[in-house]
Amino acid sequence: MSNALFLLGCPESPVQTAIALYLANGLKRDSIDVTVAGTRSAIALLKVSDPEGNYVRKTVDLDSCIENLAEKKVDFDLCFVFVRNDAGISYLSTLSSISDAKLFAIVFGSDADALASMIDFECERIVYKTSHNPVPLKKRIDRVMKWDA
Amino acid sequence: MGCIEQMKYEVLLKNTSFKECREYVTKNFKEVYQVKPGYRMFDVYLIGVPPISIGVDGDEVIFPYTKPCYGTFLLRIRSEEEIELLRKGKGL
Repeated sequence: MSNALFLLGCPESPVQTAIALYLANGLKRDSIDVTVAGTRSAIALLKVSDPEGNYVRKTVDLDSCIENLAEKKVDFDLCFVFVRNDAGISYLSTLSSISDAKLFAIVFGSDADALASMIDFECERIVYKTSHNPVPLKKRIDRVMKWDA
Repeated sequence: MGCIEQMKYEVLLKNTSFKECREYVTKNFKEVYQVKPGYRMFDVYLIGVPPISIGVDGDEVIFPYTKPCYGTFLLRIRSEEEIELLRKGKGL
């Protein structure tokens, strides 16, 4: 495995940026190349937090990313979709349809459990009901990625 | 996805869920097509939980349009070209 895509959702919850940077750091340590797709605001939050690109070097506009995946111009080994609302489930389902990547759903926010229950296809679920504190979600990521050994 | 936003469209449902859009389409339109996520319509690739239901009403198509921060909108746009593609079975 050599590359991974993060598909960021609405950046309203501060957990998203923190977890994206944490996850990017861990994957970089595992020699996995990370590309992040998101809205302009979601990407700006990452770039301001990581101005020298120590964790995330490659970013792409969300719509362009979907277009390139749908047209089979690009694909990834791993894909992490950040889900905190119904739109996030729609993006996750879309990735399940248009990509062959191993899919991870990072589900958070106040509706995390309800959203996770809507996932009826194969993917790794990382779920915790939090909007502000990233630590519980980080622990679940460590477990799934086997970074807690 | 700038093109759709510059077209003349009617919003039938806004800030809603994907499921509500699907139910609205299947309940309110007789001619309904089901496509996969990633189906190209106008200049966008549709986002959603399969199957995505698209309604046809006269010379207008009714389809879900998802924005990460605002949920899903159900839009109505005139397009005989898109209707023809749906009727030909592309993307089903």
